Amino acid sequence: MSTAEDVDVVVVGSGFGGSIAAYHLAAGGARVVVLERGPWLSGPDFEHSLKFGTSSSRIFEFTAGDGMSVLGGNCVGGGSVVYFAAMPRAPRFVFDREGGTGRRLWPISVRRETLDPWYDVVAQSLNVEAATWRDTSHAGGLWGALCNHSGRTANPLPAAVDSSKCVDCNWMMSGCRFDAKQSLTLNYLPAAVAHGTQIRPLHEVQQVRRDGGDYLVDYLRVDETDYRVLEPGGTLRAKVVVVAAGAGATPVILQRSEAHLGTLPSAVGRHFSGNGERLNVAVMDDERVREVLGLERGDGHGYADFQSGRGPVVANWDNLDENLPEYHRYSLEQLYFPPGLGTVLAQAPQSRPGWFGLDKKRLLKDWQSWLIIFQMVEDDNEGVFGPPPPTGNSVRLSQQLLGRGTLRYRPHGTTLAAWARADEDVRSIVERDGLGRATPWTNDLVGAYTVHPLASCRIGDDPATSALDDTHELRGHEGIFVTDGSAVPTALTVNPSFTIAALAERAVPAIVERLRSRGVRVTYGAPPPKP
Amino acid sequence: MPCSSYVCGQTRADSLPERNPGIHPAGTRGEHPRRQEETGVTVAHPTLSVGQEMTLEAFADTVLPGRKRSPADHAVAGVDDSPGAVEAGALAVLTDPATGIAEGVGAMADELNRIAADMVREDEQTEDALPPFVRLPYRQRRELVAELTSTACEQRELWFLVAMFAYMAFDSAPHLDTVEAMRSGHPGLLHLGFRPPDEDGLWRASRPTYGRPMAPPRAGTDEFGNLP
Repeated sequence: MSTAEDVDVVVVGSGFGGSIAAYHLAAGGARVVVLERGPWLSGPDFEHSLKFGTSSSRIFEFTAGDGMSVLGGNCVGGGSVVYFAAMPRAPRFVFDREGGTGRRLWPISVRRETLDPWYDVVAQSLNVEAATWRDTSHAGGLWGALCNHSGRTANPLPAAVDSSKCVDCNWMMSGCRFDAKQSLTLNYLPAAVAHGTQIRPLHEVQQVRRDGGDYLVDYLRVDETDYRVLEPGGTLRAKVVVVAAGAGATPVILQRSEAHLGTLPSAVGRHFSGNGERLNVAVMDDERVREVLGLERGDGHGYADFQSGRGPVVANWDNLDENLPEYHRYSLEQLYFPPGLGTVLAQAPQSRPGWFGLDKKRLLKDWQSWLIIFQMVEDDNEGVFGPPPPTGNSVRLSQQLLGRGTLRYRPHGTTLAAWARADEDVRSIVERDGLGRATPWTNDLVGAYTVHPLASCRIGDDPATSALDDTHELRGHEGIFVTDGSAVPTALTVNPSFTIAALAERAVPAIVERLRSRGVRVTYGAPPPKP
Repeated sequence: MPCSSYVCGQTRADSLPERNPGIHPAGTRGEHPRRQEETGVTVAHPTLSVGQEMTLEAFADTVLPGRKRSPADHAVAGVDDSPGAVEAGALAVLTDPATGIAEGVGAMADELNRIAADMVREDEQTEDALPPFVRLPYRQRRELVAELTSTACEQRELWFLVAMFAYMAFDSAPHLDTVEAMRSGHPGLLHLGFRPPDEDGLWRASRPTYGRPMAPPRAGTDEFGNLP
């Protein structure tokens, strides 16, 4: 019988929640091991190719659920490797959301003012650049011009991108070849390793068990090519476990652990939010873009440059108004999605169903004239996870990329109405004066979808609706912390990476205190890692 | 269009997972039926009959239609005059073990033909030996694909997977390295207007920007671009 390997802290997952905790705890003197189910790639490993088996499928995961599909990272660095690095702070009103419960869903201790210092800390390491029009892509500029033409405002987005290195290739979802995008593999993770953290890729945690006052963390090893193939793994023994496997996996690991840990808070695996996300595709009329908006690319085109850029760079935030009621507040953000999963759900407006067929092929002919608009509305945390699959967080279908998860999502009328309002807003902006035509992606095939899963194991003050207290500790299970997007209580109406990271920074002092109370000599106060 | 109970009834839900090995439960290596060290590749490409191949091509051609490859091309309906999913490599993608559905696509083709058989007109039934789905005109092929992937069809996820991989052959060529696909003139990527890479096989754009403010920021935006 194998014996468990002793460490102080096991961190499950190496995205924002895991990496930030790992760095600070290791820098403070704890023995830290990070278990990451995906591979460890860097620099030249990030290929400009959509071929199966290249980084585009190795580091990315699409988990289909019942009514909601989740897209996320699957590699060392987690979501930070596949993200678009848009880094807005959540607006103040978000923290006061009630979601129809009549009670504040966020802990009273977490407000924008109390989170701002933690945003500031993260900004130092991720080198978040101030928003500017100087580097906005043609797509971003066009969205700004469209907003202006319809009497609206438009904001360039703060971003964790080093513009001096960025070549606007728009391959960000396959990982950044040029180290321009500030993924965690460039800052927190190397700093954690420098302080002794061990990062073990292709190690998939299955469950957490209790052994006296310690925790045992069981993992299996994942084949580097065929993720469906799992090899025997092992067990780590730790005083503290930080679960940060992402909002699509953290609750599943905890659910599977319940038989060993004892009863979990009822909010584990409930209240999932897709961050209210939905996409529209606009096809722009290049001649009208030149005539009406006066945009010239310099080569005879007004726009027709969907392919170039660096993901989302400009957003319309007119509806991020704290005077509006809940479900009426949303952002409309220009976005890029590569071919592959990025076009199949788009619909030709003139036929039903419009996602396939001759009209769809004609829509693809205009691909360079596409403008994708990304809605982030306030949803109602409608997602619930079913019983966990035998391993991992899904039944993997493909060698990489595709799996079938247990998430069930049935949007409430409030969410549907919010999407309808945002759809109409997009249409009114795009179609004014015949500039283009906008159509939402279909939700009929894979349900709703999100690239920003949240809230499946959330912080809060009410034990009935939050699995974690306001220190991110799992209620009733001292020494287990959750620091990833699962902990974010509600949709944010903006891209959530910065907020997830700030919350993780904020959670670290309490984790340090818990380690001390469990006899581990650890300090807190390491400076932010340098980018 | 609602999915008729008749159509769904033909798909025998209980047998599909077994016949479509896309539905592999993950397990430990010892439990998995095919291991890398046994085969060199994780799973071998499936062996399909000519009829199954034609049927899958006809299905792919319904998803993104193209021109006939020759006058005798029955799989491609020929409702468009440029290459579609079939010429883009749909069969190569559908039979690629990486998808997880490769071993099941032959059975899916058979299922499609069982469903289509009752849609073929009486006077067409004895005309030739073409699979029933291939004998359908494009309009009926499209109606059937729409029905099988509609929310009313219990098996829509499986049919959508087949459709999605056929579709991806056209819009992203996942069976080919993208640089090579561009150099060899992959018809789908060309159709999209996907621009070629630099000489070193990497894509770059030289500051694709209008370079000027396009709209005023929302009131209250701070110097870093955040709202309060």
